[in-house]
Amino acid sequence: MQSKEEIQRKVAAVLVDALNVDEEEVTPEARLQADLGAESIDFLDIVFRLEREFGIKIPRGELFPESIFQGDPDFIKDGRVTPRGLAELKAKMPFADLSKFEKNPTLEGISDLFTVDAIVNYIENKLQAA
Amino acid sequence: MRWVWIDGFVEFESGKSATAVKNLSLAEDVFAEHFPGYPVMPAALILEGLAQTGGILVGEANEFREKVVLAKINHAKFYREAFAGERLIYATRIEDLREEGALIAGTVHAGSELIGEAQIFFAHLDQSRGKQLFGDHNFVFSGELKYLLGLARAAAKPADAASRA
Repeated sequence: MQSKEEIQRKVAAVLVDALNVDEEEVTPEARLQADLGAESIDFLDIVFRLEREFGIKIPRGELFPESIFQGDPDFIKDGRVTPRGLAELKAKMPFADLSKFEKNPTLEGISDLFTVDAIVNYIENKLQAA
Repeated sequence: MRWVWIDGFVEFESGKSATAVKNLSLAEDVFAEHFPGYPVMPAALILEGLAQTGGILVGEANEFREKVVLAKINHAKFYREAFAGERLIYATRIEDLREEGALIAGTVHAGSELIGEAQIFFAHLDQSRGKQLFGDHNFVFSGELKYLLGLARAAAKPADAASRA
């Protein structure tokens, strides 16, 4: 079993390569889009690299769920995430920290849930389950 | 100008690898301006040729059902310039292929000399937002690129059939 530090180090290396950012920028709280400049196409690149680095399979939509972004009226209403949408996010992203987001669940805020730490948590859960 | 930057496939293994050649002719318009008196193939067009080789490989792997678009070039390195009169060999290999896209590793040789290499990342457009934006028409594998598809299919024939043709 890899230690959390080891996972953090490897995830950081993956992000440095995929997003062409400096190592110092890849802090645990750093948000992939707002802080590290990731674009949507980079998410797939990151998935490819994580699979190779950790020797795992990441099914489509598991790390970066798409369903919530598709504007489903049950989940999103007037630019805000509905209670059902929140429950969906919690179910789909148990690895993300939603405590801050819950206070102001805007549609734009969803991308801020994808942090370096969320990826590390995801990988840690995944390796534990393996 | 036709936007076809490879002359033909010399090897094609479905779902695995493809190799194409590109002869650099001084008669090509691009050499008139790039550069006057110093005919060098623009590196961006070398990447385009490599991407067309790899893009056809990725497209063929799914029987051209997907709209394969170049999403990202992760790394590209060039070791020297390519000049008019040279024959470039674009060799591509599928590193990773999944429903959302594919990763290709490619090399560029002039004769036996390695002059460049790149990692190219393709996305399947329908698997993202493509359908909403472009509908069902497969604009990637149409028109000029259809010609390339023919080349790819011809190259995909068994070796003995190809040598008789």
